[in-house]
Amino acid sequence: MAKQIDLHDVAHSELEMRSRYTTRVKACSSTACLSAGAGPVRQALDQAAEREDVNSDVQVVPTGCMGMCSSGPLVRVEPRGAEPTMYAQVTPDIATRIIREHVVVRKLIDEHVLDEDQPFFSRQRKIVLGNAGRIDPERIEDYVAEGGYQALAGALNDLAPEEVIEIIDDSGLRGRGGAGYPTAKKWDMLRRAEGSPKYLIANGDEGDQGAYMDRTIMEDDPHRVIEGMIIAAYATGASHGYIYVRAEYPTAVERLERAIRVARRQGLLGRNILGSDFDLQLEVRIGAGAFVCGEETALMASIEGRRGTPSLRPPYPTEKGLWGQPTMINNVETLANVPAIVANGAEWFGEVGTAQSKGTKVFALAGSLVNTGLIEVPMGITLREIVFDIGGGIPNDGVFKAAQSGGPSGGCLPASLLDSPVDYESLRKLGSMMGSGGLVVMDDSMRMPDVARFYMEFCREESCGKCAPCRTGTVQMHALLDRICEGVGRRRDLQHLESLCRTVRQTSLCGLGQSAPNPVVSTLDHFRHEYLDLLVPDVSYNGTAPSVPPRPQAPDPAVTTKGGSR
Amino acid sequence: MAEARTAERAAQGEGHPSGDERFALLDKTLRKARYQQDQLIEVLHVAQDLFGHLSEDILIYLARQLKLPPSRVYGVATFYHLFSFTAPGRHSATVCMGTACFVKGAEEIVQQLEAAHDVRSGQTTEDGELTVSTARCVGSCGLAPVVVVDGVVTSHQTAESTLAHVGEVLAKEPTEAST
Amino acid sequence: MSRGNGRPSIPVTIDGQEAMAYEGETILDVATRIGVRIPRLCYLEGLSVWGGCRLCLVEVEDDPRYRLSCATPVVAEMAVTTTNWELHNHRRRIVEMLFAEGNHICAVCVSNGDCELQDLAAETDVDHIHYDLQHPDASVDASHPKYVLDRERCVLCTRCVRVCNEIEGAHVWDVGGRGSDSMIVAELSKPWGESPSCTWCGKCVLVCPTGALAFKGRAVGEMRHDPAVIDFLKTARDEGKWYERQEAR
Repeated sequence: MAKQIDLHDVAHSELEMRSRYTTRVKACSSTACLSAGAGPVRQALDQAAEREDVNSDVQVVPTGCMGMCSSGPLVRVEPRGAEPTMYAQVTPDIATRIIREHVVVRKLIDEHVLDEDQPFFSRQRKIVLGNAGRIDPERIEDYVAEGGYQALAGALNDLAPEEVIEIIDDSGLRGRGGAGYPTAKKWDMLRRAEGSPKYLIANGDEGDQGAYMDRTIMEDDPHRVIEGMIIAAYATGASHGYIYVRAEYPTAVERLERAIRVARRQGLLGRNILGSDFDLQLEVRIGAGAFVCGEETALMASIEGRRGTPSLRPPYPTEKGLWGQPTMINNVETLANVPAIVANGAEWFGEVGTAQSKGTKVFALAGSLVNTGLIEVPMGITLREIVFDIGGGIPNDGVFKAAQSGGPSGGCLPASLLDSPVDYESLRKLGSMMGSGGLVVMDDSMRMPDVARFYMEFCREESCGKCAPCRTGTVQMHALLDRICEGVGRRRDLQHLESLCRTVRQTSLCGLGQSAPNPVVSTLDHFRHEYLDLLVPDVSYNGTAPSVPPRPQAPDPAVTTKGGSR
Repeated sequence: MAEARTAERAAQGEGHPSGDERFALLDKTLRKARYQQDQLIEVLHVAQDLFGHLSEDILIYLARQLKLPPSRVYGVATFYHLFSFTAPGRHSATVCMGTACFVKGAEEIVQQLEAAHDVRSGQTTEDGELTVSTARCVGSCGLAPVVVVDGVVTSHQTAESTLAHVGEVLAKEPTEAST
Repeated sequence: MSRGNGRPSIPVTIDGQEAMAYEGETILDVATRIGVRIPRLCYLEGLSVWGGCRLCLVEVEDDPRYRLSCATPVVAEMAVTTTNWELHNHRRRIVEMLFAEGNHICAVCVSNGDCELQDLAAETDVDHIHYDLQHPDASVDASHPKYVLDRERCVLCTRCVRVCNEIEGAHVWDVGGRGSDSMIVAELSKPWGESPSCTWCGKCVLVCPTGALAFKGRAVGEMRHDPAVIDFLKTARDEGKWYERQEAR
């Protein structure tokens, strides 16, 4: 029998321990900062603290992502009872100075201070990332001290499963994986589904390029994901849970596995959770490099150890999922919202966001921006605010051309749509989609057909090959785009491209194929002239045929219809 | 090759290869997985970590141990792009081709790397020194373009800086390195 | 497919024709029973539903999306239109792309005249291929003493994989690779003739819709498939109807 954690005791002693230090120095140890050199920085902080003999007064805490990844490695100094200070682009030398000057003699190193009053920080609203960059993700005590697992305790003690679903329903939480399906509806379906055992899966197979929201959540606050899963399992009656993580995220896997072990030891997982009669087993499952496994049915196939090809729906996973049992799949970010909603109530959550899209959304800002990194913003914020206020605009006086949201499944938003709000409905109406939260900003040096070709190449590589329109269609669309981008496309190629977009979208088996044409369609919608400019003029038969560049490949059979059918 | 011989013996069901301790480690993983067929992907990961790549012997061994048809094991292993069936080079250079890196010119880096070392992306040079590959997104988009050389992330790369760095890494260790 | 006991009780309309369907029947089942032809390629009676060719998509009234007729059970008062102009074009493009994907030269194919892909081309008005031929360099496996596999003629319908696993129980075949690199493999991608599990039963050859799997020694146009044998086998086993088989081949 596992011992039961006493949440109040743990929180209390952790806070007491913290209060013994006069200064806490937080060193971002997220993947982005580590690759910028955060490892040596943390060492330097530790060594300097020892050398200056301030070990007992200064606590160096390795934390998760502080957000502004383009300025990493980041270090935040938090003296007790005084304003915190953030330092950007810290080197081991600066780290030593931070301890020696800032911590010991309270003298700021002005030239490296990062102003936290700027819009990048002030315009954000952190719910899911509330702990990211603030706590040590490897210590459950840190999470508990911030109020962690209180929502779970409250739910288990005071709420019936139906009441938990009601709270989620009232909050208006919707799936953060992209489609925006109401979370409570899914939960309710699993609750009502017949069969036992029931499975719960956290989808952490984040495959969009340029998107690392889920990774950050899993790496920086693994216990939040776990708590969200336990609450979800309690509400739906699931007894087994899986967290499906990309193999490309070894740190996330490691931290989740560690967090699960610790939680089990503390009686937060396993049998009789927190003394109740509720049981849940959790396990991490690792992908192996297949974007299509983000699709629910393909993900389940992968968990079952099979080829990750999607299968037909219906039956829906909530009726017949993993091993034929009722199964629910929630995105990691969705689940990470749950503890906060249950702890603070539906109303609190509903205050943020728009009428249809409540709460916040985490975006990975990338591309041609002054500030890139990870942000969490209220739903309904305009694209302009994200790009120019938070992102700081285009560097080197560049011109904003378009933003791509939703990765290879999404669409681009041109400058004329900068003032549209970012929420599920608005984006879908504009031919893009929320996606899981990748947001790539492009300046006017990008040619949009090239962008479409880039995404189509991705879809071609990632198509699973099961259904004919996606397998063959992505190859053909890519070939057509390639021809157009290389300047040897003709008007006819563009027509074929557009008709194929319709066919692949309407006939493909799963979301990957159905949305593969999106980048093409949306760039055609907004930047059609760029395609037209690249086309070879049609051959005219009045004796003045324009010069035609040589075709790279053997002539396509359709060309050889001179005296023939048409 | 000793490895092939030991694996063969294992595949013939004679319990298992004396010399190669890696099979013992693989067995440990299989036991931990309770020989469940749904653990195939996990076990393949472990096997690849142990052996560097998935040879035919290993696939046969796993098919036997998990009681799966060989064609199914082959189908699963070849579906996922992280599994490799040829031995990797002594050094590796992985260029991130995520959107952020692409926007900042990662394609150029790949092309130059391929040209300079006469390999295609995803392949190893003939002398077995360098494997050039691309990745979907390393998740360090703020540092784009990113190239991972021998497991170390290098940020804000250009074609020139990558070539220079890879050249350095290759030069550091002469060819006669041990097995 | 499941033909329930008792009377058909679900009223449906298919292409204006009213019909009564059994509980659990799919749109394709009902359509076939009442003589309405819906194009399909991967579907085969007697095997599990794969849903990969996407040719049997149909329009269902009041449903914004096309539905896969081989996998969608009928519900009462369902009104189905099996073909409209858009669906016809989708099907034509898919068939064209299947042609472009492989090396389908009917004039030199064993299955010329007995090929479901060829029939589909006629049915969907494919007169030439608008897309780049991919000219795959796939291999021919003639290592088996009785049969030949020509991967360049394979449309990845996976009938062979399913029949081998589900009916014969041998699981010689599976799909290897991914996306456009997918291909049918025996064992660990070994020559078919060396497969220890192959029983030489030939069911995979009988169900192949194209000339990808054929009897050895057949010349151009001489191959005759017999996919219907699977439905016969299945019903015979399930319901003991061993006598209801017309002479075939």
